[in-house]
Amino acid sequence: MVLLSFDWFLIIEKAILISIVIVASLVIAMYETWGERKVAAFIQDRIGPDRAGFGGILQPLADGMKLFMKEEIIPNSSNKFLFVMGPGLAMLTAMMTSAVIPWGGHLEIMGRTVPLQIADINIGILYVFGVVSLGVYGVMIGGWASNNKFSLMAALRGASQMISYELAMGLSLIALLMLTGTLSLRTIVEQQSTGHWNIWYQPLGFIIFFVCALAECNRTPFDLPEAESELNFGYHQEYSSMKLGFYLFAEYVNMFISCVIMATLFFGGYDIPFVNDAHLYDQIGNWAALAQVVCLMAKVIFGIFVFMWIRWTVPRFRYDQLMNLGWKGLIPLALANMVITAVVALLKYNNWHF
Amino acid sequence: MYTETQIINNSNDELVINVGPQHPATHGVLHLVITLQGETIKKVEPHLGYIHRSIEKMCESLTYRQFICASSRMDYLSAHINNHACALTVEKGAQIEVPQRAQYIRVIMDELTRIASHELWWGAMAMDLGAFTPFFYAFREREVITEIMEETCGARLTMNYMVPGGVMTDIHPDFQKRVKEFIQLFKSKIDEYDDLVTNNIIFQNRTKGVGHLSKEDAISYGCTGAVARASGVSCDIRKLYPYDIYDKVTFNEILETAGDSFARYMIRMGEMRESIKIIEQLIDNIPEGDYQAKTKAVLKLPKGDFYTRVETARGELGVYIVSEGAATPYRIKFRSPGFSNLSALDQMARGGKIGDLMATMGTLDLVIPDIDR
Repeated sequence: MVLLSFDWFLIIEKAILISIVIVASLVIAMYETWGERKVAAFIQDRIGPDRAGFGGILQPLADGMKLFMKEEIIPNSSNKFLFVMGPGLAMLTAMMTSAVIPWGGHLEIMGRTVPLQIADINIGILYVFGVVSLGVYGVMIGGWASNNKFSLMAALRGASQMISYELAMGLSLIALLMLTGTLSLRTIVEQQSTGHWNIWYQPLGFIIFFVCALAECNRTPFDLPEAESELNFGYHQEYSSMKLGFYLFAEYVNMFISCVIMATLFFGGYDIPFVNDAHLYDQIGNWAALAQVVCLMAKVIFGIFVFMWIRWTVPRFRYDQLMNLGWKGLIPLALANMVITAVVALLKYNNWHF
Repeated sequence: MYTETQIINNSNDELVINVGPQHPATHGVLHLVITLQGETIKKVEPHLGYIHRSIEKMCESLTYRQFICASSRMDYLSAHINNHACALTVEKGAQIEVPQRAQYIRVIMDELTRIASHELWWGAMAMDLGAFTPFFYAFREREVITEIMEETCGARLTMNYMVPGGVMTDIHPDFQKRVKEFIQLFKSKIDEYDDLVTNNIIFQNRTKGVGHLSKEDAISYGCTGAVARASGVSCDIRKLYPYDIYDKVTFNEILETAGDSFARYMIRMGEMRESIKIIEQLIDNIPEGDYQAKTKAVLKLPKGDFYTRVETARGELGVYIVSEGAATPYRIKFRSPGFSNLSALDQMARGGKIGDLMATMGTLDLVIPDIDR
């Protein structure tokens, strides 16, 4: 009888959703590598991968196969437990964030309303931040356990960079949270429906968040931990085979997730622009939810394209310049943004007119 | 297992790392032993010799026609200018009069080589600073030059086009047309380079005030080429001691006074524009006539020593031949620009960060076989 009292439908529904989300983010991360090479080729006046499949569409599979077939080398002088744990941790933290993201509205299946979100917890953003800040351990542990001077320096760089930019990122979001008044990602998306996107109210906050997201993902111009011309690819220098693959993969999953979060917080999430979503639900039912997912993905793919565009255009910062930008540039700006938002919100909500 | 002594080698909190011989930033087999304190560089110690092929010794058993080809393998990016230096020295010794047509062709080829070399430097330097795209752009335009070279000389990198008394063969009928097309193309592209890299704020922050070399130091280390000119030392051999027809063309010697990486960068960007100017003046005026002087089948230099210097893409290349009157040189010494420029690296990099070292090394434009020979 105890078993019957469980809501089995809910468990099945969530299990299916979790597997879809995990598979989807892995497939998207895979095709991001292909996309990155194609975007790079486009920017650099080349063709890019075009041998495997039509337009190189099978290239990610070939790359993955290659990585699996490579010999697994663990340096004798490394700390083996941590050496293996590093890439795993990087992958784990990259995948965990997707749990609280609302991918779309809701489906009506057999009289049940199924929200397209794994867990709508009321501290959604805090959870994201908690998991993202764990991501630094993947870089740090991997770099330290390799027992390589280049890796160690890269690990130090990575740790200090990620921690510094998390501060600015958090501060830029506080201003946003003052406007939304909630930490739940689904509520934030619903507030933005019918074109009231947060980017119109928080442009400065978005710019700070965007720069910090680049730094969090270790993308150029903030790719100091893996600076190939300085530190020989940094913290994953000693890695080979799929452990290296995990690090590279985690970077792309991170990039995907940060674009999703950016779209959710600032670009209305799954809100379809110029369309009344509630109205659409009345007309086409479940297809509306699907349209919302597609819309979110379109926003995300554009975000990913911008990330790649930046990577293939600009050189990288120097370490001290990066720290200066973080501590002396972005954090004061984020604080100023916070104060301005607070004053405006205070005036607005109390109906004080000047 | 990991031990602390493996990471920290002494009590001054100093960390010694080996950059090279296999490292992406050294562009070859240069080995730098760097002493670091945190990210700050305390000392840079270059270790040479990984690609020493004893070219100077080899030249002693080669005839005066043959040894020119060996010099291509020193600074392979400006192979043609190296050959030019050798040919000039032999001509000076054997007192060969070079026909006007050959002189024009030589200078045009020299300047094309200089542009090609600077293009590769530009791409590689941007790549050292973390930007990949310029590398492909640079190679795209460099490809046009190498194709022009291939058409006339038959080779793309080590041309072996130079012989004592002129050039090996006459230019290809399409040569002038294709060079003019290239000039048109390159003039628009070099502005694109400026937009992409020179005016980039991150790039300027990375290079301005980095790797400073004072005028006195530049002279005392024997720096030449763009490295010395960026510190305000006027040392363009083409201007100071003109060879072939460099005294008949008008061009500016680019000089900067800042002495930092950005100044060195600007010098080379300016030099590319000046090279275009030189080619433009010459390409329509190549005189008719012989492309090669009549020389004896076996060239012999009289007893004595002969020295000539030219301006390669990297600086001053000196060729010193000691002759005993035989068909092969008794001793040959090459004064290569890269070796002297590298010696200033320690001075320039000290006190900077690791990222600064890469920016400095990038603007030194080192070609490792040129250093080791």
